[in-house]
Amino acid sequence: MPSEEPLVAAHVLEFPGGYTRTTGPVIGRFLTELRDRRLVGVRTAGGRVLVPPLEYDPDTGEPVTEEYVEVGPAGTVQAWAWVGSPRPGHPLDRPFAWALIRLDGADTALVHAVDAGSRKALRPGLRVRPRWRAATSGHITDIECFLPEVASLVAPVRAEYRVTPGRALTRFLEGVRDGRFVGGRCGECAAVYVPYRVSCPACGSVIEEEVEVADTGTVTTFAINNLPDPRAPEVPFVSAYVLLDGADTPMIALIGGVPAHEVRQGMRVRAVWLPPEERTLSMANVKWFEPTGEPDADLDESAGGAR
Amino acid sequence: MRDVAVVAFAQTVHTGHDAGPAEPELLLPVIDEVKRATGLKRFGFTCSGSCDYLAGAPFSFVSALDAVGAWPPISESHVEMDGAFALYEAWVRLQHGDIDTALVYGFGKSSMSDIREIMTLQLDPYYLAPLGLDQVSYAALQAAAVNADRAALDEIVRRSRAGGRANPYALDLPDPAGEEFEVEPLRPYDVAPVTDGAAAVVLAAGDRARELAGRPAWITGIAHRAEPHYLGMRDLARSVSTAEAGRAAGVGKGPVDVAELHTQFSHEEPILREALGLSADVMVNPSGGPLAANPVMATGLIRIGEAARRILDGSADRAVAHATSGPCLQQNLVAVLDQSL
Repeated sequence: MPSEEPLVAAHVLEFPGGYTRTTGPVIGRFLTELRDRRLVGVRTAGGRVLVPPLEYDPDTGEPVTEEYVEVGPAGTVQAWAWVGSPRPGHPLDRPFAWALIRLDGADTALVHAVDAGSRKALRPGLRVRPRWRAATSGHITDIECFLPEVASLVAPVRAEYRVTPGRALTRFLEGVRDGRFVGGRCGECAAVYVPYRVSCPACGSVIEEEVEVADTGTVTTFAINNLPDPRAPEVPFVSAYVLLDGADTPMIALIGGVPAHEVRQGMRVRAVWLPPEERTLSMANVKWFEPTGEPDADLDESAGGAR
Repeated sequence: MRDVAVVAFAQTVHTGHDAGPAEPELLLPVIDEVKRATGLKRFGFTCSGSCDYLAGAPFSFVSALDAVGAWPPISESHVEMDGAFALYEAWVRLQHGDIDTALVYGFGKSSMSDIREIMTLQLDPYYLAPLGLDQVSYAALQAAAVNADRAALDEIVRRSRAGGRANPYALDLPDPAGEEFEVEPLRPYDVAPVTDGAAAVVLAAGDRARELAGRPAWITGIAHRAEPHYLGMRDLARSVSTAEAGRAAGVGKGPVDVAELHTQFSHEEPILREALGLSADVMVNPSGGPLAANPVMATGLIRIGEAARRILDGSADRAVAHATSGPCLQQNLVAVLDQSL
């Protein structure tokens, strides 16, 4: 009876110990130099440098000259293919790229593997250099692979300071600790600045009059931030300019308690304070501003409302 | 130059797996079919294309001669290449003038081993093979050099597989789908499927061709050209050897109704179209082409057979066939087939 499945036998074709080949003088020279961790090309009669060297000029079929030229070791990637799942015979056991690499000084491209870490690291014109095997033997795999040249680095920067807030900010933060927003009124131009400051940026006068403004205000403009910030409650978060009632200059603050996409210019908001026992000399005393529920303010009217 | 034509063509119903027959058993039916079609029992010359590494055995073509009947002794030759290149040798042999008919066949069972590793063995043993550079990887390097549009490649595969489903000899493959890469930028479906199969063609010269076929597919031009083997010595985005062979074969000397191209990877179609100067309205691989059935060592011969079949059955007047060998379209053969001389 014929069976459904054909008979199958395993069969291996192998040259135990490998197949010995002679290289000839041209390829032999390249491999000999490779063993000494040098890369050479051969010059054609027409002046081109072939890397890896061939015995003949591929354009004309003429024998190449006996002039060998050191090239590389760096080169430029011309085209690449990304191997996400390396095969057993591949040079690397992690994802890598095959690339056509034109070594500096060569007129043709060498095919080899590039260990780039991720495919995103590859781009046309990527500069690469060989990583040599610890022990070289005169074999194309003396180059384990090529690595991208160093083109960027991460430099740690850190310096420590002792910062004092100055007289005006200290006064303002004392107010925030006590649950009040302290501003300064300019005796010359009558503008109220919040946070409190000791000179008027408009006329240069010394500000001597301290005023307290409300903890309610109006959003004049805002931004929706999609990058995390350690000071923000969540992502996305809204930072806004809030013009406090009684002030002439808006103050930057977080908006909370409302979906980001509902924040708008003219929205009426109120500060949400931490409980008095948790407060310090810090703006963190104001958790954020949240909507009061009042009708929106007309920004044209509210601007400079204290004047 | 003698006038030579394709007068008969046969191919197996190809399979995507090993269906059991040994190579001579694959060949017997197709050789029998072209013998019946022509009424010929003996041929002036016999030439075959196959690859020992596919079978993992030396001189594997010798056992396949059993399918031909080699006693009394026959005039026979073999190329370790696709059967299309054997057809070229047979065409040259017919030019000698002392014989009038030739049998050409090609065969291969790529299911027997891992074709990607087998094709690594054809690379040069000094610079490329030791790296373990496999067939899909070097094709992906060429695809990257071409930088072909992904949507255009998907359409080539979709069209080829639809052609294959309509072709009783090709594989039944679904429309391309999936986002994963085999070797980026090639997706698994950009690669011709593993296929077992065989094909045979009969060539005849002059009046003998007119006796054997009602509408012989005259080979008005045939040429092949090779480029350097090493990938880095070539501009992989172009196929200058195909362009040269196409010019020598006279592709541009008349309108082309249909072209059968040996595209084992989808990105090879735009390269070959450009090299052959085929306009967008030329029908390419209506049979499905190699992306729908790729019996290695017969695939190129099938391109000639499929192109000739359309002349023989009257559905085309002038056709182009292309076959390739070597990594990244290294060597290319182009034939022009015409209903008249």
